[in-house]
Amino acid sequence: MDKLHVKLQVNGKPVEALVEPRLLLIHFLREELGLTGPHIGCETSHCGACTVDIGGRSVKSCTVFTAQANGAEITTIEGIEGADGGLHALQEMFREHHGLQCGFCTPGMITRAWRLLEENPDPSEAEIRQGMAGNLCRCTGYQNIVKAIRAAADARQAQQEAAE
Amino acid sequence: MIPGNFAYHRPADVAAAARLLQEHGDEAQLLAGGHSLIPMMKLRMAQPSHLIDLQDIAGLKGISRDGARLVIGAMTTQHELIGDALVAAAVPLLREAALQIADPQVRYVGTIGGNVANGDPGNDMPGVMQCLDASFELTGPGGTREVAARAFYEAAFTTARAEDEILTRIIVPIPKPGSGYAYLKQKRKIGDYATAAAAVLLAVESGRCTSAAIAMTNLAATPVFTEAAGAALVGTTLDEAAVGAAVAAMLAAIDPATDNRGPVEFKKHVAGLMLRRAIAEAAGRAGRGTA
Repeated sequence: MDKLHVKLQVNGKPVEALVEPRLLLIHFLREELGLTGPHIGCETSHCGACTVDIGGRSVKSCTVFTAQANGAEITTIEGIEGADGGLHALQEMFREHHGLQCGFCTPGMITRAWRLLEENPDPSEAEIRQGMAGNLCRCTGYQNIVKAIRAAADARQAQQEAAE
Repeated sequence: MIPGNFAYHRPADVAAAARLLQEHGDEAQLLAGGHSLIPMMKLRMAQPSHLIDLQDIAGLKGISRDGARLVIGAMTTQHELIGDALVAAAVPLLREAALQIADPQVRYVGTIGGNVANGDPGNDMPGVMQCLDASFELTGPGGTREVAARAFYEAAFTTARAEDEILTRIIVPIPKPGSGYAYLKQKRKIGDYATAAAAVLLAVESGRCTSAAIAMTNLAATPVFTEAAGAALVGTTLDEAAVGAAVAAMLAAIDPATDNRGPVEFKKHVAGLMLRRAIAEAAGRAGRGTA
């Protein structure tokens, strides 16, 4: 099969490559670009460990061909940081509230929670649980993940009020 | 899990997509959101040589009102459907069902057209569309035609869509203001298909049910629209005898199979529960002014 020429933005940087049409986005990110934050968990569109942001949508990158993302803007966990270049409020709060144990699901959790807070800066606990339903964690029982996301929402609001 | 290789096409309009379909015949598959097709390709249960990605076709996007009908572009995602004010006001049953499909990530990408066109008995929208008496616009070499959702599903993964046709739009009659509605779905976990699900749309005037439509999901090789179950409710006060008769008629129409979601008896039990709860929910909502 002929390779396809793709051009996209990944974490704010332009990327061009020749790819096989069948190359899944998760393999492109991990193996061609060396972005190993997004993880390969179940490979069956269930677990959410491979979640990345494509054009403002949280997407399971094991279920998208790189060709489909041609022209898109992609953000992975490597592209999520605080305004000062340090940890993002979500990353701080996952640490603070022990929102992870083994850490395997964490990049997908935070990348998904990042989009959730962009869309809904003040979510209720029920909205957090619903919004995070596509990400599985086998360690924490989710309680501390929900706490961390709620705390990150508070921290973001405090940051914005301080900036105003 | 690596899919087989294929040539990738991204046509800019429906005519170009239709030409590609004609040219490549059964070696081609249409790619909408891909969240049913790509997992099948990874398992090598689907191995198309040509993949026709519909994402650039602007004409397949968008939701609009055309008189008493809601017209939904096939490439509208479940996420877009859930966030659409027109859908929430005019056909809230669609929003209620879309919220119960898979999980947030899948809903960002999965499309309503893919959901209804795939013919998978596990998909939720086919039954919901039958309940609403929606129809599907199919575009092929001979132009376009409309097929009622109630006549579209022939067997598992087999529909009235011809190989060279594209499902382009979904046309939903807007229920009368004050109609009651519900989609109740029992599933083992988030993201799972239904063990059993029931879609109900009904109208109540002066305490009596004046119309009722009932369809069930994942309880046969196709969605099951059961006219007899709806008829059992019409003219009644939705009392226990009427609901019992509707459940009995529904149970006579479904044909569930034993699988990892449970044995046949269990599925019938859950189907009955879902329908009872959906009727109660719809009855409670009827007459509140928003359809």
